Amino acid sequence: MMRMSRYILVGMLFGLTMYKSEAVSWFRIFEMFHFQSFHMYGIIGSAVGLGILIVQWIKRARLRSLEGKEIIIPLKDKSWKRYIFGGFIFGLGWALTGACPGPMFVLLGSGYTVLVIYLLAAITGTFVYGLLRNKLPH
Amino acid sequence: MIPEPLLRVHEWISQPWPWYVAGPMIALIMFILLFFGKEFGISANFRVMCAADGADQFADFFKFDWQSQGWNLLVAVGAMFGGYIAAHYFTPADGHIAHVSAATVNSLRQLGMTYEPGQVPLMPEWYCWLSLFTWRGWLILAGGGFLVGFGARYAGGCTSGHAISGMSALQLGSLYAVIGFFLGGLFMTYLIFPLIF
Repeated sequence: MMRMSRYILVGMLFGLTMYKSEAVSWFRIFEMFHFQSFHMYGIIGSAVGLGILIVQWIKRARLRSLEGKEIIIPLKDKSWKRYIFGGFIFGLGWALTGACPGPMFVLLGSGYTVLVIYLLAAITGTFVYGLLRNKLPH
Repeated sequence: MIPEPLLRVHEWISQPWPWYVAGPMIALIMFILLFFGKEFGISANFRVMCAADGADQFADFFKFDWQSQGWNLLVAVGAMFGGYIAAHYFTPADGHIAHVSAATVNSLRQLGMTYEPGQVPLMPEWYCWLSLFTWRGWLILAGGGFLVGFGARYAGGCTSGHAISGMSALQLGSLYAVIGFFLGGLFMTYLIFPLIF
């Protein structure tokens, strides 16, 4: 039970942060893509800046996880096609709905139940990608 | 009777969070998950949900040990709880609004969305079931959702997996993905939005 509840608690902290910082707002994403405020860039920028320091510290200190194993940071593929093409398609949907997958769950919980449609569509999109995977450039 | 200091804390949490609180909080969440031996990435849940529904019969991409990813579903469930709590128990003094800039209010007006400065709601009015009676509602919710689900798996991650986890680990692929996110987002915002609003 403890092992399960810790992930729910982390998720709650994430949901609270996204909602209270207005990162869940369609209007904030609209503003970001118009470069009209520093807000979203500040959130992502400070998260990455601090994240880089954290990852370097984990590597240098050979920090171990809660279970005593070495923390391994997974590496991404050494290509660019899948990232640019897939990223472009993702970006279209991100600007349109104003919510990426994290905020989608946050908004669903906060009472925008219509986002069940978004969730089902996103699962369908993932399924179609799985079917077409071998035919797409990666 | 709730003690005074606790009310102060509640009031403090309820105000809109500035970027320099939200950003470090997200980095902290990434660190906590790494410390638990996991990697922060929300969209991987869509793949788990596909596999759990039997998609492995249709494509090898869904043949993986999805039961081991239950922790990530719990993070998503937690995010829903977090949203519920924020929306119901931590309302700011001026209500749930998006504190966007005056320039943004102007840009919205050009698309026909007339809001007064300081009155822009958190979410547009089409975020409701009634919008499913319009083609635009379906386009935004179902069309947008499909693009997000397809694109996130094609790119191997979404904002949390690439922009946060991947860029923090200085992964070149994640930088390409973020460039892709922005190219797609700008294309939608500048070229498609004038057509649909």
